[in-house]
Amino acid sequence: MSEIITITSGKGGVGKTTAIASLGIALASRGQKVVCVDGDIGLRNLDVIMGLENRIVYDIVDVVEGRCRLRQAMIRDKRLPGLFLIPAAQTRDKMAVSPSDMMRLGDELRHEVDWVLIDSPAGIERGFKNAIAPADRVLVLTNPEISAVRDADRVIGILEAEEKGTPSLILNRVNPGMVKRQEMLSPDDVLDLLAIDLIGVVPEDQSVLIAANRGAPIALDKESRAGQAFHNIAARLMGEDIPFMDLEEKGGLWSRISKFAGRN
Amino acid sequence: MSFFKRMTRSKKKSAQSAKERLQLVLTHDRTDMTPAQLDALKDELIEVISRHIDIDPDAVNIDIAREGREQRLIADIPLKANARRRGR
Repeated sequence: MSEIITITSGKGGVGKTTAIASLGIALASRGQKVVCVDGDIGLRNLDVIMGLENRIVYDIVDVVEGRCRLRQAMIRDKRLPGLFLIPAAQTRDKMAVSPSDMMRLGDELRHEVDWVLIDSPAGIERGFKNAIAPADRVLVLTNPEISAVRDADRVIGILEAEEKGTPSLILNRVNPGMVKRQEMLSPDDVLDLLAIDLIGVVPEDQSVLIAANRGAPIALDKESRAGQAFHNIAARLMGEDIPFMDLEEKGGLWSRISKFAGRN
Repeated sequence: MSFFKRMTRSKKKSAQSAKERLQLVLTHDRTDMTPAQLDALKDELIEVISRHIDIDPDAVNIDIAREGREQRLIADIPLKANARRRGR
């Protein structure tokens, strides 16, 4: 019973690739077999975020065009048993792969792993269409920024129109101090605007950039707040009922984020 | 200090501005309708209804309401008191 999950956002730079890498780590650390697929052909990045850039031989276009077998393109992450990456091609463009190619690839991957995590490129064009085609479930990721929320709403509308069902929301890079000072949209505000279910709130955390510098996804650092948040999302994907993290840093008065759980 | 705080608090916080602006922009994005197009729709609706029954155009309230991800066009059109008698 494997599941194909695509993370998409409309807007670029909100943290899709970071989320895919960390959810891959988090699911694999729970004993799951996982493959992360980079859907951003021409602008590949999941390889560097996962720290696997030096091990690429074949990529997704090689698989689709039959130059290698599926397993040859699955790079094993040696840090965890059961974690793999299928990199995007860097010298091709999105038109090299079609939505039906992706459906076929997805069906083949179901036989190999428990979870297929697809990193969608930004935008709502071919690359996005490719990424959502095989998905059983779509997660829309956004930041509490006005442009990111607007783009997320557009993407949710397209997913509904394409009968992909209503996606769940990951709200990334929430700064609790700014929310407290009412200078940043709160998780409650964003949920009210987008009107979909919440699956995770990830606090803004400088260790995310440091982890990316090192090619060690933030979920490998279980001490970090962002890493914990991704482990919580992985647990929720596996059907566990995990309360939402208290974003308050040290003993403040801000009410617990767990109240948002009531909205689901 | 507390006076200063009160002064700064009287200005609307930016999160509130962001939310209000997004509410408007999302309504128009979702319906694929500009505010001008919505106004044209209102005018035409008022014109059609006025042909059949007496209404007060200034009291008419037509707007898009949000309920979750569903949007509906809500029209509140008060009839003039003697509208029915005069109509028939």
